[in-house]
Amino acid sequence: MEKGLTDIFRDKIQKEIRIEPKDWMPEKYRQTLIRQISQHAHSEIVGMLPEGNWITRAPTLRRKAILIAKVQDEAGHGLYLYSAAETLGITRDEMYDQLHSGKAKYSSIFNYPTLTWADIGAIGWLVDGAAIMNQVPLCRSSFGPYARAMVRVCKEESFHQRQGFEILLTLGKGSPEQRRMAQDALNRWWWPSIMMFGPKDDESPNTIQSMQWKIKRFTNDELRQKFIDVCAEQVKLLGLVIPDKDLTWNEATGHYDFGPINWDEFWQVIKGNGPCNKERLETRKKAWEEGAWVREAASAYAEKIERKKALLVY
Amino acid sequence: MSSQPKQEWPLWEIFIRSKQGLDHKHVGSLHAADAQMAIENARDVYTRRMEGISIWAVESKYIHASNPSDAESLYDPANDKAYRHPTFYTLPDEVKHM
Repeated sequence: MEKGLTDIFRDKIQKEIRIEPKDWMPEKYRQTLIRQISQHAHSEIVGMLPEGNWITRAPTLRRKAILIAKVQDEAGHGLYLYSAAETLGITRDEMYDQLHSGKAKYSSIFNYPTLTWADIGAIGWLVDGAAIMNQVPLCRSSFGPYARAMVRVCKEESFHQRQGFEILLTLGKGSPEQRRMAQDALNRWWWPSIMMFGPKDDESPNTIQSMQWKIKRFTNDELRQKFIDVCAEQVKLLGLVIPDKDLTWNEATGHYDFGPINWDEFWQVIKGNGPCNKERLETRKKAWEEGAWVREAASAYAEKIERKKALLVY
Repeated sequence: MSSQPKQEWPLWEIFIRSKQGLDHKHVGSLHAADAQMAIENARDVYTRRMEGISIWAVESKYIHASNPSDAESLYDPANDKAYRHPTFYTLPDEVKHM
């Protein structure tokens, strides 16, 4: 019986037929997806924090309205993704628990601080840019609810990257101080963004299985290279310099070569030793705990209305 | 009161009509304490870019779904009835407007 089901599942994957929540799936596939989708959701939610930091200090009303809209989008993306994960049999509260207890990870990029307004530009251009590079192939994920959520996310994400580039473009045309600020942001965000694609292929043990299951379409290194190639061209329009002296066009490969990545830093941040790990988690926990009375009050109110309705009927 | 294990808000399925004259289409789900909150949250989560002009919220527990493993027997009766489709009928080319 089990064998037959495995074959049907494999056959669907092969034929690019999406797997839906009620379909039979291997337990490992379910668990891998729960981990991946919930981590993705957590990243969207925690990702609001570094940017939210600048909402009150955005330089113009236009920028402020844009930043609010962007941060609201991230909340929406988190919600799409939590819902997609819930179809696999995990509850929202369980996922929050995993995030708040530190059991679940989120993208380590959000453990870096946003020190100046230019960081909002760099995040939009690089962090959202890297996210889009990762997410576009996920629109074809073999798991239906994830793929559908990603289609919506990608549609909305494109303005995020453009607004970030526009911020840097504006700063780049500004005063020497503004140009310095933009360059400084690029210096600090470039390498962490490159690391967003995850460890090198030969240190990413889950990649092969995930590629077979079509919940991953390209390897970490493939996507990273693609991102670097794109950014190396875009940066020219900004009049800024990518902080990598080894970044050079390689005629033979048709790609940009780049310098060594500081993987020690990457693993340190993942382990919880990044500049803002503690602060991010504490902020999340505080929001959750201090919001408890609101959740309870809303439930109590809903029950009260139900009771009243019942009285009217009988 | 607060020592009781807290219950998640119920899950709602959200359907959106993108414009007048079209069907409501399933767009996803969300948690809300009651129907009114479900609609308000759906407005924020699923219509930030004018994707809709009308929202339906249905508590997920009221959705009854067919079982994927029944698909073969469930849809079998339609399989061999090609005569339900207009292309089944071969008519002379001279027939117009049909």
